[in-house]
Amino acid sequence: MLAPSFFGRAIAAEALEDGIEVAVKKRLADAALNASRSAGASYCDVRVGRYLRQFVITREANVQNVVNTESLGTGIRVIADGAWGFAATNELTVDAVAAAARQATAIAKANARVQAAKVQLAPATGVGEVRWATPIAKNAMAVPVKDKAAMLLDVNAAATGAGASFVNSMLFVVNEQKYFASSDGSYIDQDIHRIWAPFTVTAVDKASGKFRSREGLSAPMGMGFEYLDGKPGDKTVLPNGVVGYKNSYDMKEDAIAAARQAREKLKAPSVKPGKYDLVLEPNHLGLTIHESVGHALELDRVLGYEANYAGTSFATLDKREAGFQYGSPIVTIVADKTQGGSLGAVGYDDEGIKTKRWDLIRQGKLVDYQAIRDQAHILGKPASDGCCYADSWSSVQFQRMANVSLLPGTKKLTPAEMIANVENGIYIAGRGSYSIDQQRYNAQFGGTLFYEIKNGKLTQPLEDVAYQMRTPEFWNSCSGICDERDYRLFGSFFDGKGQPSQVSAVSHGSSTARFDGINVISTARSLG
Amino acid sequence: MSILSEAEARAILTRVVGLSKADECSATLSGGVRGNVRFARNDVSTSGVVTDTDLAVRVAFGRRVGTATINAFDDAALERVVRRAEDLARLAPENPEFMPAIDKQVYMATDTFGAGTAAITPEFRAKAAADAIGPCRAAKLETAGFLEDGQSFVALMNSKGLWGYQRATDLDFTCTVRTADGRGSGWVGRSLKDAGSFRAGADVQTAMRKASASAEAKALEPGKYTVILEPAASSGLLAYMLNDFDARSADEGRSFLSKKGGGNRLGEQMMDPRVNIYADPRHPELPVLPWDGEGLARGRVDLVRAGKIASLPYSRFWAQKQGKQATADIGNMVMDGGTKTTAQLIAGTQRGILVTRTWYIRSVDPQTVLLTGLTRDGTFYIENGEIKYPIKNFRFNESPIIMLNNIDELGRPVRVRSGEGDMLMMVPPMRLRDFTFTSLSDAV
Repeated sequence: MLAPSFFGRAIAAEALEDGIEVAVKKRLADAALNASRSAGASYCDVRVGRYLRQFVITREANVQNVVNTESLGTGIRVIADGAWGFAATNELTVDAVAAAARQATAIAKANARVQAAKVQLAPATGVGEVRWATPIAKNAMAVPVKDKAAMLLDVNAAATGAGASFVNSMLFVVNEQKYFASSDGSYIDQDIHRIWAPFTVTAVDKASGKFRSREGLSAPMGMGFEYLDGKPGDKTVLPNGVVGYKNSYDMKEDAIAAARQAREKLKAPSVKPGKYDLVLEPNHLGLTIHESVGHALELDRVLGYEANYAGTSFATLDKREAGFQYGSPIVTIVADKTQGGSLGAVGYDDEGIKTKRWDLIRQGKLVDYQAIRDQAHILGKPASDGCCYADSWSSVQFQRMANVSLLPGTKKLTPAEMIANVENGIYIAGRGSYSIDQQRYNAQFGGTLFYEIKNGKLTQPLEDVAYQMRTPEFWNSCSGICDERDYRLFGSFFDGKGQPSQVSAVSHGSSTARFDGINVISTARSLG
Repeated sequence: MSILSEAEARAILTRVVGLSKADECSATLSGGVRGNVRFARNDVSTSGVVTDTDLAVRVAFGRRVGTATINAFDDAALERVVRRAEDLARLAPENPEFMPAIDKQVYMATDTFGAGTAAITPEFRAKAAADAIGPCRAAKLETAGFLEDGQSFVALMNSKGLWGYQRATDLDFTCTVRTADGRGSGWVGRSLKDAGSFRAGADVQTAMRKASASAEAKALEPGKYTVILEPAASSGLLAYMLNDFDARSADEGRSFLSKKGGGNRLGEQMMDPRVNIYADPRHPELPVLPWDGEGLARGRVDLVRAGKIASLPYSRFWAQKQGKQATADIGNMVMDGGTKTTAQLIAGTQRGILVTRTWYIRSVDPQTVLLTGLTRDGTFYIENGEIKYPIKNFRFNESPIIMLNNIDELGRPVRVRSGEGDMLMMVPPMRLRDFTFTSLSDAV
């Protein structure tokens, strides 16, 4: 019970009831491990999961819904005759779990008959019985729903008071209680927490029929409710008065600013298409990193495992061998499953591998990918990178993106100093429209706020801005990165991949960065 | 626990509704068995079976509402989920837009269950993968694909006497084939009501043909072109447009269906007169459940008739406020067309571009429903009624509203599952004028 007094009485939320006892989970896991071994499996892992989610959904003065979801079950993955098989059940009895293990083994054997290449697992030593938990200061599940709803309605009132026509705000809270066991001898109990507080403020000019929206500038985080404390010291005030947030978010302040900026957007001129130097702030740049680097360097895509859905990648293995110049020499991009406050931080991945940080792009050159146990041998790696994830006990785990982040510049540089050196550019803050091809070459991004830069000064807001890029040219045009004082995390709470489609949550850190000579189009159209 | 009979589902829901001390209680019980096989690099990669059953309970005290879900069904779990929903409702503020639980409905059963699909085994799935992989291995092509099938049930009950129960099955198969050098790519998708007519080995031939034919792609300048969009290519754009068919957002001034000066554009001619779009849960090719998420009975809804906005669905709250009839959320979409196949449309095209499929469609400007996305897995230049050569993929920036004003000809609708949002649709192949491509993509 970590909710402080100013949030009122902490309710006995179900999430705080005791989860499944570790001894019970171990008994279920052992039943599956034994059953699969008896059925002929050479490897087995078992995930006993309890997934709790809470959503508080509001618009203007209304709480539209308050939803708590709980999902319990066991997913069992085996290798038999060199092929994978998977089965999952929501019946948490020894008999049901053992039956699922036998079913997974039978599926593996059916697949083995048509499979040419046998699965090769990178070695992993069992870690025994261990625990890990997201370091949180306030368990968001313990904060009373009444207080969460009141907070959102207060935000909405502030936005409408500041001129918004409409405001939708939400709070998403996630707690994954995951137990992993494998035939390698690991028994890992983890307690993962995430939070997201997005809003959309809309301004409507009925006379002209025009409407414009401004999204919140928060990031989903791997934190507790303390993220919503709005600590003044965690703010970054940018040259035009736009406020960016680090590890603490003032939602009300942002909503008030959003209302003013949404009205500004109604009157802002359309961008004139052409080449511009772009100054991209971290809450915007994170999505560009996500799409053009994070996904491009997932080894399963590179190899063709996602060819039927998410696609492959231009960043083929030969490019790593050749030291492909992915970006300019100031660009170093790392994968990191340990970064504090990030959405992807866990102690162990869903294959029981201890997590780590590693380089993907070093001083502009492609040096590595993100690989899991059955892929490591393809790269000649001795072990998995520890980036395997399943979004539920009922989903089969597979390679998912680690937090992928651009390291800050090593020279002292603020966004204001960066803008002062731009002659003809656009400053873009916040996420907007995004789309990228199936090999991660051609992308188009919008944003939340756009400001014209003329001769080193921010002049006026712009609208209808989207930039089109080809990934290697874009990253090689990176001519400046602000220092660590400006470093912030962006996050994607529902990143989709795989068949059946699964979501994962991942963060991307960066400081504001400059990209020269980027093609900008106008998205203004008329329906008559 | 996965597939419950009507009597079993009724027993659980009767108990749940009976446990509630709230002013009203609505509960939905759904479950099923889903199986899949996934293959890539000419081999099976993952395969599995998942069984799950979920119970969602919504309760209200006055205008205070709470919802909770659970997937365990012992007495303690049922009690827990009801109390949890009640706790949430007691703590929630009053919702000024609260609508009471719906009254008893009359549902017309729809033909959503196929015994052949429900009987699919792991061996059936493995064979389907083998049937797709075998010809590709022999032709030195590389395939990746996914077969997913499911059987499910849904039951709903509330404290006002509402009751519904129905079973359903589904089967979807998609397959991508690439040339060994990665320069060509083709795709085929199949969404079927019944597994009996499924032939992976025949379907893969389409993807193989497109993969081989697309390998020597030429670059055309971006710009406005006459295009033939295969049904899979336009379904995502149509899905985005459907999201805006909502009376409230139109009345509030934040949709392409909003009228300048206030009000909405119901009855206005906004598209070519050949455009007819409707939803029908009983359509023989794509039957869906006869109720929506709230339990409201679905009927046929005309959305666009002869290019005019024929209706704007009203939520129950907005209907009450505006003095209108509430409409159930639609579960499928049918767009009428003509009689020609895609091949016949190609034969009648002087110059144009054939698009197999579109990808990563996102909203750019909701004011005009401007969308961006890319072509993928088989884009070809057509001249004098024939496919002349493959072309590199394009990024488009186009609005489906503008697109449906630029119709040259519509072909015979086929069943597809939209790549955006998963909705089942009947969509015709379309030949369209002045479709806007804004840049080239090097992706294959």
